[in-house]
Order: sequence, then C-alpha cells, then structure tokens
Amino acid sequence: MDSFLPVQVSWTPQTAASGSDFYPYTNNAGTVAGISGGDFCVMAADTRQSFGVGYLINTRYQPKMFKLSNGSVLGTSGFYADGLTLIKRINQRLEWYKHAHDKEMSTPALAQLLSITLYSKRFFPYYARVLLGGLDLEGHGVVYGYDSIGSYEPCLARATGSGGSLIQPFLDNQIYRKTPLGILQAPHTLDQVKAVMRDSFTSATERDIQTGDYLELFIITAQGVDVEKYDLRKD
Amino acid sequence: MDRFSGNFDRFSDLFNPYDSNPTNANHAIGDFTKCTRKPLVMGSTVLGLEYQDGVMIAADTLGSWGQLARYRNESRIYPVGNFTVLGAAGDMSDFQHTKHMLDSLMIKEYYTNDDHVLSTPHIYEYLSRVLYHRRSKLDPLWNTYVVGGYNNGERFLGYVDLLGTTYQSSIVATGLGAYFAQPILRNAVEGREGILTEAEAIEILNTCMKILFYRECKTLNRIQRAKVTADGVEISEPYALPTEWSFGEGIRGFGTQTQ
Amino acid sequence: MSSIGTGYDLSVSTYSPDGRVFQVEYAAKAVDNSGTVIGLRVAEGIVLAVEKLVQSKLLVPKSNRSIQTVDTHIGVATAGLLADGRHIVNRARDEAENYRDIYRIPIPGKMIADRVGHYVQAYTLYSSVRPFGASAIIGTFDHDGPQLYMIEPSGVYWGYHGCAIGKGKQVAKTEIEKLSLDELSVVDAVKQAARIIYAVHDEAKDKEFELELSWVTAQNKRHEFVPADLAAEAERLAKESLNEEMEDD
Repeated sequence: MDSFLPVQVSWTPQTAASGSDFYPYTNNAGTVAGISGGDFCVMAADTRQSFGVGYLINTRYQPKMFKLSNGSVLGTSGFYADGLTLIKRINQRLEWYKHAHDKEMSTPALAQLLSITLYSKRFFPYYARVLLGGLDLEGHGVVYGYDSIGSYEPCLARATGSGGSLIQPFLDNQIYRKTPLGILQAPHTLDQVKAVMRDSFTSATERDIQTGDYLELFIITAQGVDVEKYDLRKD
Repeated sequence: MDRFSGNFDRFSDLFNPYDSNPTNANHAIGDFTKCTRKPLVMGSTVLGLEYQDGVMIAADTLGSWGQLARYRNESRIYPVGNFTVLGAAGDMSDFQHTKHMLDSLMIKEYYTNDDHVLSTPHIYEYLSRVLYHRRSKLDPLWNTYVVGGYNNGERFLGYVDLLGTTYQSSIVATGLGAYFAQPILRNAVEGREGILTEAEAIEILNTCMKILFYRECKTLNRIQRAKVTADGVEISEPYALPTEWSFGEGIRGFGTQTQ
Repeated sequence: MSSIGTGYDLSVSTYSPDGRVFQVEYAAKAVDNSGTVIGLRVAEGIVLAVEKLVQSKLLVPKSNRSIQTVDTHIGVATAGLLADGRHIVNRARDEAENYRDIYRIPIPGKMIADRVGHYVQAYTLYSSVRPFGASAIIGTFDHDGPQLYMIEPSGVYWGYHGCAIGKGKQVAKTEIEKLSLDELSVVDAVKQAARIIYAVHDEAKDKEFELELSWVTAQNKRHEFVPADLAAEAERLAKESLNEEMEDD
C-alpha cells in the first residue's frame, strides 16, 4: 500500500505510538486477483485478515470477496472496514436498482457505479483495493481494475492488494503472454485459468506474509457464480 | 536514553499503537469537546474463546492512567440483553458511553413488545457501524471490543476496534493479548471448539491472563470471566489469580528447564 | 350545555366569564366516551387493565394496543383518542430516554408523571393547538416501590392507589374502593382487574371488547403483558363471576 496516501502524512507505527494523533486507516492487507476468459471470469482472494501494524493475523478466515449479483463479484483488500462499507453501499444501490428497473445491474454499469462511489470519497478515500469481475453484456468475461479513488479500466487479468505486485507479472506472462517472443494472445480454458490462479496464490503466499490461509475462487459463468475453497500455507 | 520516566513505556506503546500516556508533555489539552485525541483511563487485554457450551471471555479489572494503576476495580465486561456480552479494552469513558448507548438501543427494542429481541449478530453489527461512523468523523470511540453471544444454538465471537475493523473468529485477543495470548489460545482452542469443556475453557483463560499479568505492566491478576450459554449470560465476580514470584532458580518448568 | 353558542368554547386561549376553559372539558368528554381503563397499585406491583372496544370483527386480534411500554420499568395505558394516546406515549418515551441520558438511572415515577403532565398542560395554553383527547395511566416500579399516576387532558396528574377512566369509571372506582389493595398479591390484583373490566362492560351498547392486561412486578421491575396462562385464568374467573351475578339478579 505504497502508491497512494490520501493526505500528506508522515505516519509510522512510531508516530502513532506517541499517541499524538488519530490515524483513521489501517491496512488489513490480503490479495485479490481476477482473470477473464471468453465466456467466464475467475476471481480469487485469500481469506487472511492481518492486524495492519505489526505481524499479527487477526483471523485466518474472513472472506473479502462478495457475490453482488448472478453475473458479478467484487473483491476488496486494504482497509477491511472501508472495503466492507463499500460493499454495503454498492449492495444497497443494487437493491434500489433492482426495485426500480426489475432487473439486475449489468457488470459494465456496476463498474461505473463502483467508480463514482469511490470518487465520491475523493478527499477521504475508501482505502480499499478493489477488483470487479463478471460477464459483460455479450457474455464475455471481464475484470475491472481500480485505484482507491475510482479510476478504472477493463482488463484481461489483474492482481491487487498486498500480493498484487507479486502476482501481476506472473499473470502478464501467463495470460497476456508478454514474453520475449512478443505478445501472443492465446485463448485459455477455465481449467487453465483456475490452475494459473491457484499457482499465483500459492507463490504469493510463499513471499508475502500477509497473504495466506485459504483461497476462495469465484467462477462466474452464464450459469451463475460457483465458489471453490482451497488451502494455502498458514504460516 | 530518554531520562523522562513518562517515556519509559515506549516499547509497549510500539505494540499498542492506541495506547497513551497522559503525563506526556505533548498531551492535547486544547479543545476537549471536539473528540478523543488521547484516551485517558485505559483497560488492557480482553480474551475470548468459543467452547462446547457457548462463548467465554475474560478481562482484568484494571483501569490504568498512563503507567499508574489508577482504578483497580473497573469492570470491563458488560451484558447486553440476555444472550450477549461485551468486553472492552481501551478508553473507559468511551466504554461507559457505549454501554449507555447499547442500553438505550435495547430499551427501544423492548418498547415494541413483539417478542423480538436483538441477538448477538445484530448488536455486533450495530456496534461496528457506530465505531466505523465515529472513526469516519475522526472522533473515534477509543476502544477495542469483544462481542460474545449464544443464540439459537449458535456461538458468536466477534472483534471490533476504533477503526471499525471487524472479524469473527473462535478466539479473540486484544492489545498485548494478541501477542502473548493469541498463540496459546490458537493452540488450545482452534479445531476443538465443539469439545472444549467449561472447566478447560476456564483453565485456558486463567493461564493466559496469568501470563499477561506476568508480562504486561498495565494488567492486574484480578480478573472477571463471563460465559454465554443456552442459559444466558453469567458474569463472575472478580477473583485473583495465584502468582509465583520467588527466585527463578527454584521454579521448575521455567525457561529452558523442562523438569 | 350552557357553553354552546356563547363563543367561549372555541379556543383554549379564551376563558369563559366564570373561569372555565371549555375545550379542555370537551377533551375530557372524549376520554369519558372511551372503553374503561383501570390501574391498581398493590404492595408488590402495578396492574393495568383495558377494556379495548373492538370496532370491527375484521381487525386482527391484539392490534391497536392501548397499553404500551415507555421504558423497561414503565407501562402506560391510555383512554380516549388512541392516536392522541400514542402521541403522549411517544413523548413519555423521549422523556424517559432523556432522563437516562442525563442521570444514567431509570426515571422515577413522579418524574415521568411530572414531565408528561407538563407536556399535556402545554396543549391547553395556545389557540393553535387542541388539547389531548386522551388520559394516561402510568404504572411504574422505582426505588420507592410501585407507583401509579393518572394524567388528565388538562395536564393535571395525581398519584393513586387505584384509578379508573372511561365509560365505566364510576362503577369501576366503586369496585376498586371495595378492594383492600395493600393486602392483594399482584396475581390477585390481575384477577380483580379482569373482573372489574368485565363487570363494567356494557353488553348492550358495546358488543365486542378485548381485555388487555399488563403489570410491573417487584420480581423483575419490568413492564410486561401478563403471561398468557394467567391472563386466560383471570378472564375465565371474570366471566364466571359475571354469570354468578346474573343468576343472583
């Protein structure tokens, strides 16, 4: 969580220890990743929640990825309380939308909604790294990546959170095929994508102390959302 | 070396970023009415665990004023309704405010006379939203709460702190307890929640509280326990844990000695 | 009605030449037309009982309750316009909460009666408002034991051993006076309250009614509806005594 700080603060555990000021953020960390395929999307998140300051694990199982509708899933990492609040706000808006229009919101519309919701707190941001995955209006898989204040873009594969910088280059290689031979885009099957995802998290868990315990895979297809749970290292 | 005794507790503060020392020279004295910039009377660790009959939590009865053991009979466990119990660490005046707030909530629920009562997850959700709201106003309730309950055969144990961070787990420990007691609790409880007896649960909590008393300065060996089972909330009277302070050489099972 | 047509009965901000405020008296009339409500104070608690006249068979049983809870230890039964009664109860709840916010203890009986009394009285002062067409019987249990108060539309309130308002108040008061309230247990008080409500009910003028029974007892100092089995028992005994009376006649 280095690239973005909402206000100019020189905050460290040491300055917090002097008790001079209240700092309204913490980093409960965790990793979220998503890969889109031709007619599916795979979203993944670990379930560890860290304390933020120090080396504590709050709990090994506190899910931070949520199914929003039959075609979309939202994963959060960073400051858990902000992530949870964001999810609650989005869910409320989705319910209003459903009552007003008698249908579920499409994933692209949801992506825009998420963007403006984040931007509405531009000067006191939700310190959440979010990833939205689902199927677009044509039924193709899509993953939207965001920064904390609402900039977003659709992408093929994206990883964010504490292990995001470890996983992203691997996805660039495996999914975008950015190799020395040039960019080769090959279609991926669901099984291939799931395997890449599990490998990504297994490796991220090796190197990132704030990622681990369990992996939750959300597989979004035209049939709906399936959830699979796998073990990760618990150290 | 810092020669001012008020700054001797830097080490423990490092591991307890919400802690404070009211005797510090830079203690905020302006604008008392605005918000809690620094907590004053502080409670320390609260421990919680799930066991076969329900949920049990423990806390000592010390309210510290900086390094001073100011209030030695401060109850930090409070019942909310018949099947929920609240354990509090952090600022004691904010805790008293929270107790009053929850009391008002429960009374309003009682008005309706429709036999519906707020169960533990409801109370936990309410409390966590209040704490998150207050942190968003930059006027936090300077506490870490452990919420335990037993409703319709289901155990509930949750954590919420001054930032609104929440998690539910079969063991919970706040403050330095998260460093000293959490590993012991994980070993003793995780995976055994359904078979742990009441006697075992008491033993585990007593052991952890004793270790905390030995290792953390802002604790007391006078503690209270609460359990929530199908029969409701039961909070024990404060009781003292026996401690051993004789010369280390004579104590067996200490440090590297195994016999 | 000597007041009608004189012009002195249109507003609470005008006295009649002989010093009366007719609108307040009319408000009291609205209470006199309602079903009977009684409150009993015995050594171990308070019992409230209401003859709730059922306007339609289509109403769901137990709807439109006229006994309500104000704080854990306070019950209020209202007679007169139900909506006005509800407004008074809402105010009482605010006052009870406010007292707790300041003093951190449950509000004592005399304080809640005083505060609500003042509120009701304020509605007898201004031409822009209508006095409440409702009276409230407040039953509570505080550190001085059980307390019973009744607030009238004028805002006046007194503490009582037993009180009655509504259609059958005369008969009810006579019946209550016959009881030795100091020696009655709360359970017996419930039975007596049920009996009195049944006795004052006018079968000819009002067809159906529902009996509401609540209490605040020394046991837990909470206002609650009387447990279903005891309420049923009290109602059975009440009907029995009514039949016996008819046979005697």
